[in-house]
Amino acid sequence: MKPVAFDYCRPDSIAEATALLHELGGDAVLLAGGMSLGPMLNMRLVRPSVVVDINAIGGLDKISRNGAVMIGATTRQADVLADESVLGEVPLLAAMLPHVGHFQTRNRGTFGGSIAHADPSAEIPLALVTLGGEVELTARCGTRRVPAAEFFQGMLMTMRQPDEMITALYFPRRQPQSGYAFSEVAQRRGDFAITAVACAVTLGNDNNLTQLRLGLGGIEDRPILADTSSFNGQSADSALATAIAAEISERLEPMEDIAASATYRRALARSLSHNVLEQAFQQARAVG
Amino acid sequence: MNSDAPAPAEQSALRWIGKPIERKEDAALLTGRAQFIDDMEPVAGLKHAAILRSPHPHARIRKIETSKAAALAGVTGIVTGAEIAAITRPIPSVVKVAIDYHPIAVEKVRYVGEPVAVVIAEDRYIAEDALDLIEVEYEPLEAAVDPMWAMAEGAPVLHDELGSNIVNQRSFSYGDPDAAFESADRMFELNYRFPKYASTPIETFGVTAHYQPSPDRFTAWSNFQGPFVLHPLMARALGVPGNRLRLITPPASGGSFGIKQSVFPYIVLLGAVSRIVGVPVKWTEDRLEHLMAASSAADRIGRVEAAFMNDGELVGMRFNNICNMGAYLRAPEPASVYRMHATSNGCYRVQNIAIDNTLVVTNQMPTGLNRGFGGPQFFFALERIMDLAGKGLGIDPAELRRQNFIDKDSFPYTCPGGSMLDSGDYATALDECLRLADYAELKAKRKAARKAGRLYGIGFAVGLEPSGSNMGYVSLAQTAEERALAEPKSGANSSATISMDPTGSVTVQLCSTPNGQGHATVAAQIVAERLGIQPDQVDVVTEIDTQTSAWSIASGNYANRFAAAVTGAVSLCADKVADKLKLIARETLECDARDIVLADGAAHIAGVTEKSIAVRKLAAAAHWNPVDMPEASEPGIHETIVFSPPTLTSVDGQDRVSSAVTYGSVFDLVALEVERETGHIRIDKYVSVHDVGMMLNPLIVGGQIHGGFAHGLGCALMEEIAYDANGNFLSGTFADYLCPTATDIPELTIGHLSTPSPMSELGCKGLGDGSSMITPAAMANAVSDALDMKEIELPLNLHRVWQMAQGQKPLPASAMAPQEKSDDEAVVAPGPGTLSGEGETVIAADQETVWRTMLDPVELAAVIPGCEKLVEQGQDKYAAKVTIGIAGIKGSYDVALELKDKAAPKSVRIIGQAIGTLGHGSAESWVALAPAGDNRTTVSYRYNARVGGKVAAVGQRMLGAATRILIGQFFNSLNRRLGGANVSGTGGGGGGLIGRLIALLAALLGGGKR
Repeated sequence: MKPVAFDYCRPDSIAEATALLHELGGDAVLLAGGMSLGPMLNMRLVRPSVVVDINAIGGLDKISRNGAVMIGATTRQADVLADESVLGEVPLLAAMLPHVGHFQTRNRGTFGGSIAHADPSAEIPLALVTLGGEVELTARCGTRRVPAAEFFQGMLMTMRQPDEMITALYFPRRQPQSGYAFSEVAQRRGDFAITAVACAVTLGNDNNLTQLRLGLGGIEDRPILADTSSFNGQSADSALATAIAAEISERLEPMEDIAASATYRRALARSLSHNVLEQAFQQARAVG
Repeated sequence: MNSDAPAPAEQSALRWIGKPIERKEDAALLTGRAQFIDDMEPVAGLKHAAILRSPHPHARIRKIETSKAAALAGVTGIVTGAEIAAITRPIPSVVKVAIDYHPIAVEKVRYVGEPVAVVIAEDRYIAEDALDLIEVEYEPLEAAVDPMWAMAEGAPVLHDELGSNIVNQRSFSYGDPDAAFESADRMFELNYRFPKYASTPIETFGVTAHYQPSPDRFTAWSNFQGPFVLHPLMARALGVPGNRLRLITPPASGGSFGIKQSVFPYIVLLGAVSRIVGVPVKWTEDRLEHLMAASSAADRIGRVEAAFMNDGELVGMRFNNICNMGAYLRAPEPASVYRMHATSNGCYRVQNIAIDNTLVVTNQMPTGLNRGFGGPQFFFALERIMDLAGKGLGIDPAELRRQNFIDKDSFPYTCPGGSMLDSGDYATALDECLRLADYAELKAKRKAARKAGRLYGIGFAVGLEPSGSNMGYVSLAQTAEERALAEPKSGANSSATISMDPTGSVTVQLCSTPNGQGHATVAAQIVAERLGIQPDQVDVVTEIDTQTSAWSIASGNYANRFAAAVTGAVSLCADKVADKLKLIARETLECDARDIVLADGAAHIAGVTEKSIAVRKLAAAAHWNPVDMPEASEPGIHETIVFSPPTLTSVDGQDRVSSAVTYGSVFDLVALEVERETGHIRIDKYVSVHDVGMMLNPLIVGGQIHGGFAHGLGCALMEEIAYDANGNFLSGTFADYLCPTATDIPELTIGHLSTPSPMSELGCKGLGDGSSMITPAAMANAVSDALDMKEIELPLNLHRVWQMAQGQKPLPASAMAPQEKSDDEAVVAPGPGTLSGEGETVIAADQETVWRTMLDPVELAAVIPGCEKLVEQGQDKYAAKVTIGIAGIKGSYDVALELKDKAAPKSVRIIGQAIGTLGHGSAESWVALAPAGDNRTTVSYRYNARVGGKVAAVGQRMLGAATRILIGQFFNSLNRRLGGANVSGTGGGGGGLIGRLIALLAALLGGGKR
């Protein structure tokens, strides 16, 4: 379990890093927290010729506000979990971050790394998709922002091009009359979720549903957003939660693997969706 | 934790023994200063080894080409199995069968992960680079994975010389079981499977081997834990007398739980490698190697029957055990099958017992020591049938057990199989368990929960904890006639050496190779007690060096041996030292030696306090002034004891043997609730009452019970070494082989009842294994009760429990799935272990064009993702070199394709094989074309693929998705080539077109998790 020989670069600016990526393309991998890359290197599943360590790039771990909450790519998961103001502004992160890996891995693991790795069970990608956030990608020739729902392409696959690096994530802030809830099932806490469901709900003054974003992770090969538009305008009660959960779970095409069958994943999706919807409805009513 | 045991009267008079003193070992461990095997660089010029391992479950080795690897800069040497076999002898087991077990594959590989070649290089990185360059030509053979299938007529045979996969069968009868079943009112039976799981210490195996010639001499530094019964076998394999195989163990251990017994084949392997290459070599096992090839507990397919009278009296038992030994019968197996044999009555009085044992070899890793060694499998059968019988008889399961317990006044009690149970009070211990659990309240809770439609259950399990194994019990695998031809084996030798230097400080040398249990602390307590000094004046050496330590056959760390046997040697040896000190003190104190007591660092006359002499002065006298030593006393203070309990005789003519020194007992109750919607098990209450005799250190006792419980719970809930039905290994990382972490362990209520053992020197009994043996049965009983289902298969992971809670019969564990060959046509049979899928896509070209493109080598090469070249190799046969990278996981594969059943332009069957550094696979697909109008063609396909090697071991989660990605790429590429746009979707399951090729490859690629 030793990696193949590789060169190691530690640029201290985005410009320097993107220049390297421009030059090396697919022969380089970016190292942020290394919580997924490390084992993949050691098992020789990835065999890069160059590892570009982006931890020395100043400012890449900053959090700022610009409409949305902008979290820099190398921001540690533990730092966000300890930041009360961010958790207040993005309540889903407060609910989901404790499920990201373990205490120890969150000290190293970064926001950008989790998004770039694109594990279908990962919580941070699911949060970004559920909230309708964006991924900022920077290449030598410029920067673009991609909606999260488009960014994830499949198992460990994203729209990031080999010459691009993720520089920031944009998480939409909490809305009035809204509720946010999350739940997942995993064999142990911190394991890859067999199924994870997150939702963001906004109600009108009559407590009818005005907007619902329901994201599901661990089920298909990427985090997905369920189409629930047909339910808008309906009274946000337990019956609605049941109806939505039943309909969306039928439309899924779950993966099968050693941990779970498609049937089990579908059943979990239905059960968890119902639970998070009820919880979010209540919360949205309570915050009025 | 509740460790405030009722102290026996004599215990309170003791100064150190029985006290919860902190562990001597912990300061070094907690500050990172402990010396582990990997920290040791004992000889200059060390080179580093990496081991090439088989990606196949069963294959003939046609050729091993090492020249490219050998040419790599930094490579010192490469050794193959044939070279090892030329200079070593196979390692035998107690059962004489026609199986040659070498520590590396010779001619044939028989399990995924079996060593095939060893590279020696300047460092481990280069050694692993060289592994990638060794080319092995395998002829894959069908694998026998499921033990039932392996025993069947026509199954592939692992060892040709043996002619079948059944290694050994023995039937035993104690009392008159047939008559008992005949006369019984009721009979209960259960068929069960007990899974394959292992120990997963933080520290993996490590060996540094050094061969020196003239004469041949091997020195091995390793974290081998014993039993040292294996030392003569290793020396024999290496072809040297025992005194020229020197084994040395490091001071600290990163855990074992039994598995480090299985370091021994690597000592032979690396010793031989050192000899061939001519340098000292160091090897540290990595986690993938450990999980796939170290060792495991023997899984079992069993049937148990119990005969009862209507009033609840248990009158007869029948056990039928089919035990999976893995690919070889590796010493000390089949010991796990026989460890509980002489105690097959458990805690009960039943006299009539029949046992049938069948040992089977399969294409899985060989088995060996694992916490509980044979106990978890045995008690699963016995204790599950007791709960089921209670239900059937309408008797509370606690009461049914109580009714059949051996009475507390019957000890020492001789079991039908020969075990002599030392002491116990099972009924009182059960009472304590019920009291701590508040059984009445739990039953009320269960009633209320069921009324509300919830799934709440209570399970019991009780059992014995044999400790300090009789070295003779494994001979039960032989018939009486076979035993008569061999030398008798018995006993459980323990040794200890104590020396006191001229300053009065003490060094104790143990033979127990501890793996973290705190032996040094307890040994210091005992010696301090006996010599009247402080435990911190006693230094305990736990390293064994076979050249300088007192050791014997039974030395090592297994079978709860320390408290049951080793403490006796320590205590007797300390007594000898004490006697000598008293003899010297007699001169000064002017009294009889028998009147002298050693306490508070000095020798006193009993009852007289004013006159004393310091122990350090007595020590100084022994060293400085030998001339004045009392008569018959040697100078200096250095004593060694080797001792074996007299009750451990060899197996008798009726297959009876007392297999252990002491027998602790364990009484468990668990109440839990199953969440119907997720399959989650919430443990409401877990109570475990233990009788460990006298507790030498209650802190350590508590720690050992917690550890055993965690291991047992892991087995019950999530740990499983998984193979697919074809023998591919599936659990190569800690994301696949799940162990409970601290946060997954529920609160454990521990109770104690102490019946001091008359068999051990200090009244203590061994412990550490007990909970690991009992917890799986207790958990299964509780889930069975909650779901009202008789058959419960472990591990009770979320998916399986959810299936059961939905009223479905869960699929058997992956390795256990019987092979089904429903489709005679299929080369790759569907079923467990096979990736299957089907789909449909529309290509923007007419049917003829699509057909032509798909079958034209040039066109094909252009559309297969990553295809570098595709060469026609005869009619409808192709070879290709394909490099595929998905999500940065890149691998290169040699692919062979064959087209069959061609019906132009409508359908074709495609068969493919691929092999590369990340793994191997085979796939088969059926492709059909049909016009879709508008000059378009519908391509429909289905495929089956099998994947093995590294990617199957570490990339299970990714395989299906990767397959779909590659199939999608293929169709897009085909479509583009034919002038269309990207295909929007490739349908459901994914699958292959060219079929199988792609699927196969895709799968191969699939890799990485985390």
